[in-house]
Amino acid sequence: MRAEETDVPRLPRGVKLKFDQVRSRHVLLAPERAFNIDETAAAVLELVDGQRTCGQIVDALAARYDEKREVIADDVRDMIGSLIARRVIET
Amino acid sequence: MSEIATVARKEVSEGTRPEAAPSVGHPIGILAELTHRCPLRCPYCSNPLELERREAELDTATWKRVLSEAAALGILHVHLSGGEPTARPDLVELTAHCAAEGLYTNLITSGIGRASGMIDALSEAGLDHVQLSVQGASAETGDRIGGYKGGHAAKLEFARKVTDLGLPLTLNAVIHRGNIHEVEDIIALAVALKARRLEVAHTQYYGWAYVNRAALMPARPDVDRSVALVEEARRRLEGILVIDMVIPDYYARYPKPCSGGWGRRTLNVTPTGRVLPCHAAESIPNLEFWSVRDRALGDIWQSSPAFNAFRGTDWMREPCRSCDRREMDFGGCRCQAMALVGDAAATDPACSLSPFHARVEALATEEAAAVAPDYLYRTIGGAPAKAPEGAAS
Ligand code: SF4
Ligand code: SF4
Repeated sequence: MRAEETDVPRLPRGVKLKFDQVRSRHVLLAPERAFNIDETAAAVLELVDGQRTCGQIVDALAARYDEKREVIADDVRDMIGSLIARRVIET
Repeated sequence: MSEIATVARKEVSEGTRPEAAPSVGHPIGILAELTHRCPLRCPYCSNPLELERREAELDTATWKRVLSEAAALGILHVHLSGGEPTARPDLVELTAHCAAEGLYTNLITSGIGRASGMIDALSEAGLDHVQLSVQGASAETGDRIGGYKGGHAAKLEFARKVTDLGLPLTLNAVIHRGNIHEVEDIIALAVALKARRLEVAHTQYYGWAYVNRAALMPARPDVDRSVALVEEARRRLEGILVIDMVIPDYYARYPKPCSGGWGRRTLNVTPTGRVLPCHAAESIPNLEFWSVRDRALGDIWQSSPAFNAFRGTDWMREPCRSCDRREMDFGGCRCQAMALVGDAAATDPACSLSPFHARVEALATEEAAAVAPDYLYRTIGGAPAKAPEGAAS
């Protein structure tokens, strides 16, 4: 699954991004699942707020990182899409 | 991004990423069996045959201490379970305590008894997720299996309350010969109830399920059909319903990595405070379990003889010792090796490389073909005198 630029993703109740002090990394906690979140993924998830579209999330990241917008867009849409498929993100 | 934990309590067929780990890492999940009391009487209940009584249960202060120690140990998910956990009046207080400690709380409930009256307060206290059991797709099947009239209808009512509160809902259905023909309807029920997740959990034969095995064992063709149905539904319902499946291992080729490997990811605390590597571990004789009444949880995780007995791969014999899969399934389930082969350090006979595997498969086939005996319903003080046949007998 791939998210559209116009989708507005949000973390529903029961899904939480947390900094795990013991392992010194971010984890995304969901029903019966825990995802290991690296810095890049955390940067995306911190922008998932139920307000921004995927396109706006890409814009924000493109302004911050030295990478082509289309490359970032592919990554963001794939990542968000895979989490939608697993019912971890809603739109 | 990688998935580090999937259904830590019982390994599933999808999305697990077993990884080589140091012998004592940080646990990720704790199953808090708050009580053995439950209004239902499921004949496959994973609780032990000798059920604990209310008087012997840990008090609120001890549970709070244990849950704080769990958070400090790196545990992420707390599964508030039983029995029926809402039988404990302090459940709201314990849930709030977990939330304050930053723990993700999962309520594992039958939805019967006090559950409905308590769910608003639990939600308010910061509960993260509800896992509701159903015994079938219809009231007739469900009430017969759970041994409780009106139970199924009460569960549906409870499920609606949960989703109305915006809480994520998982339906858990233990599958056996008495309901395997309803798998398709159970999937439809999960969608209708707006569950985000469904567990199609083929019965694992421990505790009460082991003594009821002949009444529960499904036939191979029915198992294959239900597995195919789940696979089809997963594709059809992507983005709507996540379906996790526990494979029936008497018919499997390789065993499941029980609890993600012994003493590797999860721990269980019984109602009276004993700490177990898995819920059936007390069925293994001569293991020394430590109690949270006497020691801190971290000390038990690191040093308890029961946890160290089968940690890692050093304890293994052939064929596991030299097998490529030894860090994937850790030789399978110790309790199943004990129950079926009489030796907890043997290869799980669910594995096709075990010399006992053919006998286990034949046992399953014979039992599934015979007329199903009546259920021995779970009751406190109702443990049977005699265990069913193993593979070595
Ligand atoms: S399996 Fe059935 S009897 Fe056992 S705790 Fe769950 S609901 Fe109660
Ligand atoms: S021989 Fe042991 S390690 Fe190999 S697949 Fe079977 S149970 Fe797993």
